[in-house]
Amino acid sequence: MRLTITAIVTALVILTAVFAFAQDAPAETSDGNIFRVDRINALVFMLIFSIVILTYTRWARQGKELFLRKISGLDQLEEAVGRATEMGRPVLFIPGINEIDEIETLAGLSILGRVARVTARYDTPLLVPVRYPMVLAAGQEVVEQAYIEEGRPDAYNKDIVRYVAGEQFAFTATVNGMMVRQRPATNIYMGAFYAESLLLAETGNAAGSIQIAGTAQPAQLPFFIAACDYTLMGEELYAASAYLSREPLLLGGLKGQDWMKVLIIAAIALGIALSTFNSGEWFLALFRNV
Amino acid sequence: MRTTLPVIIAFLSGFAMIFLFFLSPEYSSINGVELEPEILSWVTIVGGFTLLLGVVSIVRVNYTAVKRRKEGWGYKVATLVSIFAMAVPAIIPSSMSSLFGTGPGSIYDWLFNNLDAPMMSTMFAMLAFYIASAAFRAFRARTAEATLLLITAVIVMLWRIPMGEIVLSGIHENIPNLINTYIMNGANMAVQRGIIIGAALGAAAMALRIMLGIERTYMGK
Repeated sequence: MRLTITAIVTALVILTAVFAFAQDAPAETSDGNIFRVDRINALVFMLIFSIVILTYTRWARQGKELFLRKISGLDQLEEAVGRATEMGRPVLFIPGINEIDEIETLAGLSILGRVARVTARYDTPLLVPVRYPMVLAAGQEVVEQAYIEEGRPDAYNKDIVRYVAGEQFAFTATVNGMMVRQRPATNIYMGAFYAESLLLAETGNAAGSIQIAGTAQPAQLPFFIAACDYTLMGEELYAASAYLSREPLLLGGLKGQDWMKVLIIAAIALGIALSTFNSGEWFLALFRNV
Repeated sequence: MRTTLPVIIAFLSGFAMIFLFFLSPEYSSINGVELEPEILSWVTIVGGFTLLLGVVSIVRVNYTAVKRRKEGWGYKVATLVSIFAMAVPAIIPSSMSSLFGTGPGSIYDWLFNNLDAPMMSTMFAMLAFYIASAAFRAFRARTAEATLLLITAVIVMLWRIPMGEIVLSGIHENIPNLINTYIMNGANMAVQRGIIIGAALGAAAMALRIMLGIERTYMGK
């Protein structure tokens, strides 16, 4: 199986190289082609990526043991909710401030489902302020499903997930007000955050809440690291649903990602070596427009 | 069916967008209509419909709090009054009076420029004070790593302010360039790119899982 995958990957890399050399047409012009020849390397990269992920997903389904490194922020989620239960105070969860069409928001909603299960189990109040009505609808669906699956449909309230404001800083002011007045014991920020990240996290810190954050926005990571107890960085946010559920199908995708990182690191190392000896132009051409 | 239909829609939408990415511009339109922006505009249309859900949610939550005289109910009254004060004059057509609608000189325009915008700016300006308090905690030299962070931060902050740049240039004219090259464009950018590559792969893997229906946790499954 490994040999087959290696053969497919090698064939695709060669194919990319052939297309990269063959392309003369500049971007945005088709020269009568139905497909954009200048993007063929992106197609090949996408195919390699898909094959690797799906292969690992298949292995995971067949019962192959997959190692996952420890992510402290995710391990602490249940404990953080437990702390709120003991203190008799709510858990605040923010699935970012972006729309539902952003993958970070979907990752945040996935984690919300897991958190809602724990709050339903312990009968802990949950507050989920959102910035967009579509996130509101999706969030309500996720939380309701979690409460039903935990056998607590009676504890579900439509206002757990609430729309507070469409404006970035109006949203921030409202959430800060919630933190100061309702004093949640645990604040969880999972999704896309911008300038409001530190305004939220510092207010939570001042209110004495335990805070777990996760975002793929590199510019906001230092703020969360400074103000929160645990921070999920970049890809860890997307790995959260697989890590928490331990479902083999989802774990397979994570291992596939790791292998793609190995390939990218190898490509970077090769690129550095070729550029050092001033012979890397052909190699650079492979990655143009990806 | 409740889960299958969204998965089918997710697959078809995702596949359509990927297919259009690889299609030449002249083949990606029908009767002069560009398909990619057309599909993306559907998101805005669906979002418009769900706006009513948002309004219902915010009114219900705040009205309930006011009715039950919950702690801070006065703020909820202010929220409810603000929602209707902004929305109602904006919805009434400007043909009835120049005070209505969203044009210059309307009630909405006045409220936006004189209340909404200054309040947003105030919130944003508060960030400076929050940065100072967060930096104070982060830069306490408790461990070797925190000390390294403190030294780096002091050097970068000195480099970023005009007076600091003069002082650093006074020591040696190349110091500002060295900070820019080795700290900002070297270590800092390398780490940021590493995080971005990892996050991009994570996002792509998650998108693939959603398209193929492997990842359904965002639907509560």
